[in-house]
Amino acid sequence: MPEAIEKIAIQLKVNGKPCSLQVEPRTLLVELLREHLDLTGTHVGCDTTYCGACTVLLNGAAVKSCTMFAVQADGAEILTVEGLEKDGQLHPIQKAFGDAYGLQCGYCTPGLMLSTFQLLTRNRQPTDKEVRRAIAGNTCRCTGYQNVIKAIQLAAQNMKGA
Amino acid sequence: MLGQLGEDAKLLAGGQSLIPLMKLRFANPRHLVDLNFIAGTAYVKDDDGVLRLGAMTRHAEIESSSVASKIPILHDCAAGIADVQVRNRGTIGGSLAEADPSGDWGTVLMALPTQVRCLGSSGERAIPLGEFIKDAYTTALGHDELLTEVVVSKPPKGSGGAYIAFKRSAPVYPTASAAVQLIMEDDVCKQAAIALGCVGLAPIRAGDAEAALRGQRIGEKQIATAMDATQAAVDPQSDMRGSADYKRTLVGALVKRAIDIAMRRARGEQVEVSHIYA
Repeated sequence: MPEAIEKIAIQLKVNGKPCSLQVEPRTLLVELLREHLDLTGTHVGCDTTYCGACTVLLNGAAVKSCTMFAVQADGAEILTVEGLEKDGQLHPIQKAFGDAYGLQCGYCTPGLMLSTFQLLTRNRQPTDKEVRRAIAGNTCRCTGYQNVIKAIQLAAQNMKGA
Repeated sequence: MLGQLGEDAKLLAGGQSLIPLMKLRFANPRHLVDLNFIAGTAYVKDDDGVLRLGAMTRHAEIESSSVASKIPILHDCAAGIADVQVRNRGTIGGSLAEADPSGDWGTVLMALPTQVRCLGSSGERAIPLGEFIKDAYTTALGHDELLTEVVVSKPPKGSGGAYIAFKRSAPVYPTASAAVQLIMEDDVCKQAAIALGCVGLAPIRAGDAEAALRGQRIGEKQIATAMDATQAAVDPQSDMRGSADYKRTLVGALVKRAIDIAMRRARGEQVEVSHIYA
């Protein structure tokens, strides 16, 4: 029998909303998001730190949420795909992925959009090469990357002056 | 704390290797000691002839550090490790302490005079990197010791270096990698350091390849001799990344390319280089 695991109290902000939770120390950040907070937009693809489907922003930096423990996010601000839209309006990144046909099945899309968010926050006019580098940790197995790159460039254009 | 917890405890730095290894049950520590909340352990400092890097400095912080970027081979490494997400979490100290034979920092820093500072219950010590890395996944760290700082001697004027790793895709470990650091004087190579990754149980210094360059005007002949000596120095294993023969051929080609970039950089040319992946 596995011994009972003591839970740890953590406080964090998820999509701007303060949350106080009790979690087992072994809980991964992605499990916290999906199973404790019902934010199932963050996906688990490979669970081996490869595919980037679980990418979220941790204090503005893209991280693979399957590769850190929830307790490590204590005190942090997390942004997930659910936090992108505002007042029922899609975020320009979300809109661009639709408009430029940057997705087919959509499984990798939330991760790609969060990697895009870090990129465009730090670099408003990226070159295609910089875009490729920024999404190198996000694997897509059906759309391919051409339309994803177009979508990111479209988002960059639409976010000008924003 | 490590002394109290005993050998069942592991230190958690960036977690980008340890957490995947725990998921696969290759690592099964009873206790994890998270180093991420300790203030003052992430920094890049220019300090009179040396660069001091805190053990918890993330690869991304080194990538964007103007101080570290003055040594181009360090920027090559930091900017090329895995992908954005992993570079935002992974640390230089964690990479060295893990001593994965395919890791990038161990190979790069073997080509520069580097010491690692360690702290334990019996005090502090500094260990040359070549003595710190003992074998695959094995370092000189005692179980109650941790790595606190990486100290890199700044290359003198006329130096140039390059690190190239070949990967099948961004997130994976390289198939082979080569770090070349040269000191040039009037087109003559005064000093050469060549370190190779993923082609042995630890990073390999190719002494004979270095000797082929030292004291020479580097031309096609010297580079060909260095490539042959590189290929003789390595001991790659066949695995899913490629056969031993393939890796031996690849690492020779990487050395050739890295020598070329190192020489151009020594002449003051700006050469952008990052890991190569298909």
